[in-house]
Amino acid sequence: MKKSTKKNQWQSYNLPNHLGYFGEYGGQFVAETLMPALNELEAAYKKIRSDSHFKKEFKRLLKDYVGRPSPLYEAARLSQKLGHRIFLKREDLNHTGAHKVNNTLGQILLALKMGKKRIIAETGAGQHGVATATMCARFGLSCEVYMGAEDVQRQAPNVFRMKLLGAKVIAVHSGTATLKDAMNEALRDWISNVSNTYYCIGTVAGPHPYPMMVRDFQKIIGEETKQQILKSMNRLPDYVMACVGGGSNAMGMFYPFIKDTQVKLMGVEAAGYGIRSGKHAAAIVGGRLGVLHGQKSYLLQDAEGQIIPTHSISAGLDYPGVGPELSYLADQGRVQIVSATDKEALEGFEMLSHLEGIIPALESSHSLGYLKKYAKKLKKNSVIVLNLSGRGDKDLNTVAKLQKISL
Amino acid sequence: MNRIEQKFKLLKEKNQKALVTFISAGDPDLKTTEELIYSLDQNGVDIVELGMPFSDPMADGPVIQRSSQRALQSGTNLNKIFTTVAHVRKKTQIPILLMGYYNPILQYGEEKFFKKCASVGVDGALIVDLPPQEGKRVKEIAQVNGCSLIFLLAPTSDPERIKLVCKNASGFIYYVSLTGITGAKLQSDLQKQSALKLLKKTTQLPVCIGFGIKTAEQAKKTSQLGDGVVIGSALIEMIEKHQGKKAPQEISTWIKKIAKAVH
Repeated sequence: MKKSTKKNQWQSYNLPNHLGYFGEYGGQFVAETLMPALNELEAAYKKIRSDSHFKKEFKRLLKDYVGRPSPLYEAARLSQKLGHRIFLKREDLNHTGAHKVNNTLGQILLALKMGKKRIIAETGAGQHGVATATMCARFGLSCEVYMGAEDVQRQAPNVFRMKLLGAKVIAVHSGTATLKDAMNEALRDWISNVSNTYYCIGTVAGPHPYPMMVRDFQKIIGEETKQQILKSMNRLPDYVMACVGGGSNAMGMFYPFIKDTQVKLMGVEAAGYGIRSGKHAAAIVGGRLGVLHGQKSYLLQDAEGQIIPTHSISAGLDYPGVGPELSYLADQGRVQIVSATDKEALEGFEMLSHLEGIIPALESSHSLGYLKKYAKKLKKNSVIVLNLSGRGDKDLNTVAKLQKISL
Repeated sequence: MNRIEQKFKLLKEKNQKALVTFISAGDPDLKTTEELIYSLDQNGVDIVELGMPFSDPMADGPVIQRSSQRALQSGTNLNKIFTTVAHVRKKTQIPILLMGYYNPILQYGEEKFFKKCASVGVDGALIVDLPPQEGKRVKEIAQVNGCSLIFLLAPTSDPERIKLVCKNASGFIYYVSLTGITGAKLQSDLQKQSALKLLKKTTQLPVCIGFGIKTAEQAKKTSQLGDGVVIGSALIEMIEKHQGKKAPQEISTWIKKIAKAVH
């Protein structure tokens, strides 16, 4: 009885509600100055969402400029080693090297419709910054990207890339000088320049309508995957896996599968030096309900509600919060959230490089590391789809440094 | 009627504007905060806003960010702020409101927070990232405990937002003078702002204008457009400059000058 109710719950899944809530998660916790801008954004988004011209343009550029559809590649040697049939969704092959570009294309097209000429963004690993800078170059818009000073150091190639694309990169020294501080600074900029500025958030977090909108722009990942796996296997996968920082590649992959309750959805958070060490970035596994950056969701914080410094080897996952929809889906048991340490991620990184000739981003390496460790615990010969959210070129310095090699 | 409401009633009778000042509780430590409150009270300040420090103050400029950071470094938390207010209440009845971000209050427990406010003598709260549509429950709890819940409005606010905020606010309405963060530069077109005009037509509550006010002259001019002014970053910059020295004479002299200009 209970099971069938649950199943129905997912058949008619259509969150968020009109206030931007996924269950108790989400909302709009922002300074009043931004409220009219969020309302304007929501209205504009609703308009373009059903606009066939916009959809056509978005699809066309995803194909011709981004290079979609991205392949679903059966990783034969990896499959053989781990005893399953493993398919990789190759978001690393997109233009700019990660899934981030799907969302920035959508949002920049929206900004154009709204008549905004100045674009700001925050970035962690630099992938979202690069994707935003790319689209701004493509459409002739001014672009400023906020990036934590520590990330500017560890992701130097992406900083250079953004500059080549004509964007201004602003290093943020406040707080812990990572992604959360970049987001604080971007929000401050938006509060100050709201009338002419579009804030292009890179993940399924922030105040409503961002979590919904970014998910919608990213859901192409899961939609393509579904078609591709049905074509090659004539069935849906047993498992779909993705790494989770803020959660945009995971939500993009999971969303089209929510109704297919036979497909197990697994999100892998960054466990850093281990959950028990306290030095990690696993908001759902190791955090509790809180409010930051305009949303209510799982959050890494101390007993008094101050945000605690996070740690992950991958800059893109080094964030204390997580998108509200993932918090909801985790609570409801539709998505299982697990974690992988820095060390496990590095093992995943090496494994894929050696076995498949694909150097993955350290973010995606978390799901590879998890899969390597737990492959034996999953039902034998499972069909597994893993979202390879980005390529690892940007991480070569980080990995070389750990191996005490200077490039 | 709590101390904030009483204060505005009194000021209205005297045909005076209100001077509201913001300091971060615990910057550089709570002992200094206590002394500053006495000094502000003695030098003509009408309402004290005490900042509750937060690790990620998204709507604040560098001055208040640094001040918030110093407060956290000195170990300031909500319990210690309440203890300080309880202590202050033995000597002064100046209206006190707590200002900050939502997460520390949510973690403390909203009910517990406002009960504590009522018991130690805090008269109101302003939660920067809790706009009225998210604050329905908080509003009820504040009301039950006799606390005002102050909301912000800004030059960007449209008629719909102004209506919503006016419907939900109590104590006074804090009008942000500029589209920006705390400590930014005051804009000269304040009297032309349509949001401010509409706000004054819509509400019976006093309207205090803040953000960017740094001099006595600005304070005087701005106060004439509403029922009072709020000074924050400029005061905190002075405190920052005098770190280590106790309630310096310079601050009292400066505040006295501003109070005179406003009243």
